[in-house]
Amino acid sequence: MRRLRGLRTSPRALPGEVPAAFAGVDRAQWIEAARGAHEDGHRLVALWGADHRGRRHGFTAYAAYALDSGLCVLALQMPAEDPSYPDLSGLFPAANRMQRATFDLLGIVAEGAADTRPWLRHGAWSEREYPLRHDFDAASYRQNAPDRYPFVRVEGEGVHEIPVGPIHAGIIEPGHFRFSVVGEKVLRLEARLGYTHKGIEKRFEDFPVAGGHRLAGRVSGDSTVAHAWAYCQAAEAVAGVAVPSRAKWLRALLLERERVANHLGDLGALGNDAGFGFALGQFMRLKEDWVRLNAELFGHRFARDCIVPGGVAFDIDGAQVEDLVRQARVVHGEVRVLRDIFDEHSGMQDRFITTGRVTPELARDLGLAGLAGRASGQPADLRVDHPLEPYAELAVKRVTLTAGDVAARVKVRFEEIAESLRLVEAIATGLPAGDRLLPLPTPAPGGFGIGWIEGWRGESFVALEAGEDGAIARCHVHDPSWQNWPLVEHAIMGNIVPDFPLINKSFNLSYSGCDA
Amino acid sequence: MIPILLKVLRTGIRSEEAPQVREEWRVRAASMQGDILRMLGRALVIRQVDAGSCNGCELEINALNNPYYNIEGLGIRFAASPRHADMLLVTGPVTRNMEQALRIAYEAMPEPKLVVAAGDCGCDGGIFGESYATRGGVASVIPVDVAVPGCPPTPVELLQGILTAVSQVHAPEARITSPRA
Repeated sequence: MRRLRGLRTSPRALPGEVPAAFAGVDRAQWIEAARGAHEDGHRLVALWGADHRGRRHGFTAYAAYALDSGLCVLALQMPAEDPSYPDLSGLFPAANRMQRATFDLLGIVAEGAADTRPWLRHGAWSEREYPLRHDFDAASYRQNAPDRYPFVRVEGEGVHEIPVGPIHAGIIEPGHFRFSVVGEKVLRLEARLGYTHKGIEKRFEDFPVAGGHRLAGRVSGDSTVAHAWAYCQAAEAVAGVAVPSRAKWLRALLLERERVANHLGDLGALGNDAGFGFALGQFMRLKEDWVRLNAELFGHRFARDCIVPGGVAFDIDGAQVEDLVRQARVVHGEVRVLRDIFDEHSGMQDRFITTGRVTPELARDLGLAGLAGRASGQPADLRVDHPLEPYAELAVKRVTLTAGDVAARVKVRFEEIAESLRLVEAIATGLPAGDRLLPLPTPAPGGFGIGWIEGWRGESFVALEAGEDGAIARCHVHDPSWQNWPLVEHAIMGNIVPDFPLINKSFNLSYSGCDA
Repeated sequence: MIPILLKVLRTGIRSEEAPQVREEWRVRAASMQGDILRMLGRALVIRQVDAGSCNGCELEINALNNPYYNIEGLGIRFAASPRHADMLLVTGPVTRNMEQALRIAYEAMPEPKLVVAAGDCGCDGGIFGESYATRGGVASVIPVDVAVPGCPPTPVELLQGILTAVSQVHAPEARITSPRA
């Protein structure tokens, strides 16, 4: 479908390499287009807002939908004195927390929304302050106000609550989980996040377009390549520069290596959470070898700050290509042996199979994205659906399963490691010659660009608006964890409390990526 | 079972030597007795607290448990509760939303309370700085003994920071050496 049903205005194509269209809409079209998107089965990728009062345009609400032809970004201008837009969470449940976060940061209201509890605002700023408004006094110190969040209560005989967090038992990010249980069985889980809110979107305003990739690469530590690449796509779109082929291939090399690194780590941790310490030792060893070669070739174990606006900050030579190919083959062989051990290990399979199940129907209705989506029958993979250079000629093999349990999410990781190892070898040996970095022209004020990348966890999306003198006026970085956190709450229902770490790890969502 | 044993045998032992301490990362003078430090050096329990990091530091702290760094082989392990911990290992620019939880964890620790701040953000707020949402470095919220720079610090650097905190200035005999050595 080329355009959204219900959209009467003709969208204009956005600049840049991502296939995307943009349309300004009124309130009626905002909701009609959302209905059309919902009925036609399109995904809501992101929802955010901006303060445009300086340009006498009041506030703007944005929604980005994924169509078969690419992205469609809708923008609704709202008057400064009454900034509200029709609620989307009734059609797209994933919009719920995005709308609440947008209100906390900007004070724009999702009219008709059932849930209006704060999300990012825990008491660090007051109810009538909105950090992303340009008249917000970011420098003044505020005393934290008491934080009383109204969790949904489950009542009934024998029901009790287990509050967990924000500090968890392991070496992981902070968040609060409220389990309502009977005996060991979980009736309901409600997550409350926002603890790692660092004011990243406000901080972007201190950066030039040419330097924002460093901040984007620190939105979620394990997705530094995906977010930095998406940011650079947006920066290059507003600056009007086409990146050389060699840079695109080198970026894809890093993206596939990030995918392998995270999948290796997750498989080890999943084995460990099922009581199989051998898996942790083996996979952590492989991951360590993997990131050590990153440090050697790219100067950083996670390839941080290697993708920069205009290209890449590194290059590789023939000997290093051989290192990459050799390592990909070694890891391929080792993972095959470990996969057989996983498959044959009845104790571990017993913990994985049917645990934390998300059916394809539920995944579709709630918008489960990325890797977890592909384990629940949602086939979206940008590398296949909208292949840009170099993916167009690499013909990525899509992995889709339907079981939707921990076992399926484990299997998707094994399959994707094998495919990414093939891609690493194909990219390394197929690198086109030429420049790897072009200078970034100063973007015109008001320029709007987007980035859209299939990271290891799912779609990373960036919307960027240029300000005066090459500064960033507004930058929104969207991590796919926004879509997937609510599904973790569904996946645990009916399972036992001790399986929560296993289920949670099988999604491995980012806290920082959403808290921003 | 046989494939598992074969894999273990073929993998062999990969553990590497413990690195040297880095006195220049010490924020405040060691206040503890040498004999206590010696004891902790052989059985140190750490509670890690992510006070708002991007999760990059946690990836590297987790790597300390891999066979190369084998931190448990040095007598150091991570605990689930601050009540069982000798040291807090804190990351992040300390968000205002985590400030209270960090204070509670610190107060729950038994004396002596060692604190290592990890990463550029833990040192001074890093790229996020101090803002409406962050307090900046860990030392702006709780006392810090050693601050380890890096974005993120490598596992070797993290280990150096941890070992520095349990070594003592001017008392080289108290410094930890690898029990494997």
